[in-house]
Amino acid sequence: MISNLINRKIFTLLKVQYSNMLEYRVEIALWAISGIIPFFMLNIWTNNNLNESINISDVMLSRYFLCAFFVRQFSVVWVVFSFEEDSLMGKVSPYLIQPLNPFFRYFAQHLAEQITRFPFALIIAFFFFIFNPESIWIPNLGILLLSIVSTFLSFLIQFLIQSIVACLCFWTEKASSIERLLFIPTLFLSGLLAPVVSFPAYVKSWIYLTPFPYLIDFPANLLSGNETNIRGGLIMQILWIFLLFPLFKKIWFEGTKKYTAMGS
Amino acid sequence: MVQNIIDVRNLSKSFDISSKEPGLKGTIKHFFRRQTKSLKVIKDISFEIKEGEIVGFLGANGAGKTTILKMLCGLIYPSEGSILVSGYLPFRRKENFLKNITLIMGQKQQLIWDLPPIESFYLNASIYDLDKFEAKKRIKKLSEMLEIDEELFIPVRKLSLGQRMKSELLAALIHEPNILFLDEPTLGLDINAQRNLRKFLQKYNKETNATICLTSHYMKDITSLCKRVICVHEGAISYDGKLNLLLKKLSPVKEILIVCRTEEDAIKLENSGFTVKNKINNEITIKIENNSITSSLKTILNNFDIEDLFINEPPIDEVIGKVLIKNNYDI
Repeated sequence: MISNLINRKIFTLLKVQYSNMLEYRVEIALWAISGIIPFFMLNIWTNNNLNESINISDVMLSRYFLCAFFVRQFSVVWVVFSFEEDSLMGKVSPYLIQPLNPFFRYFAQHLAEQITRFPFALIIAFFFFIFNPESIWIPNLGILLLSIVSTFLSFLIQFLIQSIVACLCFWTEKASSIERLLFIPTLFLSGLLAPVVSFPAYVKSWIYLTPFPYLIDFPANLLSGNETNIRGGLIMQILWIFLLFPLFKKIWFEGTKKYTAMGS
Repeated sequence: MVQNIIDVRNLSKSFDISSKEPGLKGTIKHFFRRQTKSLKVIKDISFEIKEGEIVGFLGANGAGKTTILKMLCGLIYPSEGSILVSGYLPFRRKENFLKNITLIMGQKQQLIWDLPPIESFYLNASIYDLDKFEAKKRIKKLSEMLEIDEELFIPVRKLSLGQRMKSELLAALIHEPNILFLDEPTLGLDINAQRNLRKFLQKYNKETNATICLTSHYMKDITSLCKRVICVHEGAISYDGKLNLLLKKLSPVKEILIVCRTEEDAIKLENSGFTVKNKINNEITIKIENNSITSSLKTILNNFDIEDLFINEPPIDEVIGKVLIKNNYDI
């Protein structure tokens, strides 16, 4: 019953946010194009034959970076910036006294944006295959489904991390500066710039204990068909979600006590 | 007997405020050693509000009216004291409590800017667990009351301020709350839009017996909607009672402009013992206490040759203005 109600609320939120996102389709196309860092990295790796040192073929590497692009497209999160602005401007006040946590609005906004991005991401992939026809492959259905699940879990982890940071707005007002600190390990350790497998063994052992490699590296390896521990990766993703969710709830509960409804 | 729907006891609220000296030196000092002090913005206030009442909160900017409303609706956490609204502790934000209340802030909006208001209405309806049929019925009813049928399908960004405010009201009332917290609901609206909004609120209160707590700097909002006012001065309640009693107390005399037939009559009236404010030719302005106005006018009309007379009520803004700067009036 409760889950049905939540689903109905989320579904309506999603529909409304999707309509809203369609108003910004040009901007979303540009955002999708702006996420092509993995293709630059692919170029750097292949031109310098760096992949030879980690025993990944050119084809597998290009598939990895294409998948990294896809995973990034569907797991990018900006909730900290939206919440910070809404919180500082007092826009969050009306949502706080509605019987639905305001973060569901941001959650729906992100999902709606991902749906809007999807066709643009496909177009970019189409052009990628035109220039790299040897990289074309069709993942089997099971792997594709697991990759979708894993990408969604990656999105959830990032959403929870940023939501926790966003809640720090109740104390610091400029929580986005903390997010910028997190952006550095996210960039270097998530697999966006280089597959985690390319790191030295002792560094890797530490990296795998953090949530970062499960954000892009794991789902991208899974989708591209590179060797990866599927069960271990999925378990780690779920574990991180179970760890972060209660932390978010606690910090939200304590933070709202500090809320001063500024700007209103 | 009408029950109390809001019960506030010894409520206080403090905020930590950081202060900074001007100039570069102050900025550097502020960077390394931030000085904060606790500012008590609401000081030990108590009051009750009965079901169906419309109560106006009056006070100067920064007096604490909005902070009180924010605590009543559960938006901010009280530092001390207790609040019970409809039997709930507001800050716990229990679902049943939230379904009972609404907060409308004149300068804030919850409608989605790029979409027509109807989208926000259906979204709110689902947040408040209304089925589509019920939502449709309520949107129809409220849009008729607010006279915004045509605007429902136009993107919010293209609506006028008045149309937007009406849409905000509809969005905030779709769940038919029985307690309304309105913070400057007519802010920025033109005179007609203000009047329509007031008419709507009166009608809503009459039809649903909803309790309304209102702050406004437009005295017309207060005088046409509220029988009772709570005056807030520097975080404390300086008056809580009927508006007409407050007005009588603050303005015990009326000014009467009398146009005499001749200047001689005006001079005779000037010397007859009334308090004269001024006299220009055959026109004389006198001050008469509210409780003796009928007998005094009878005397004047019987004993002097009067061409015309005008009773001037002191402007309400002027009278209420006294409340905003004073703290020492006992009724």
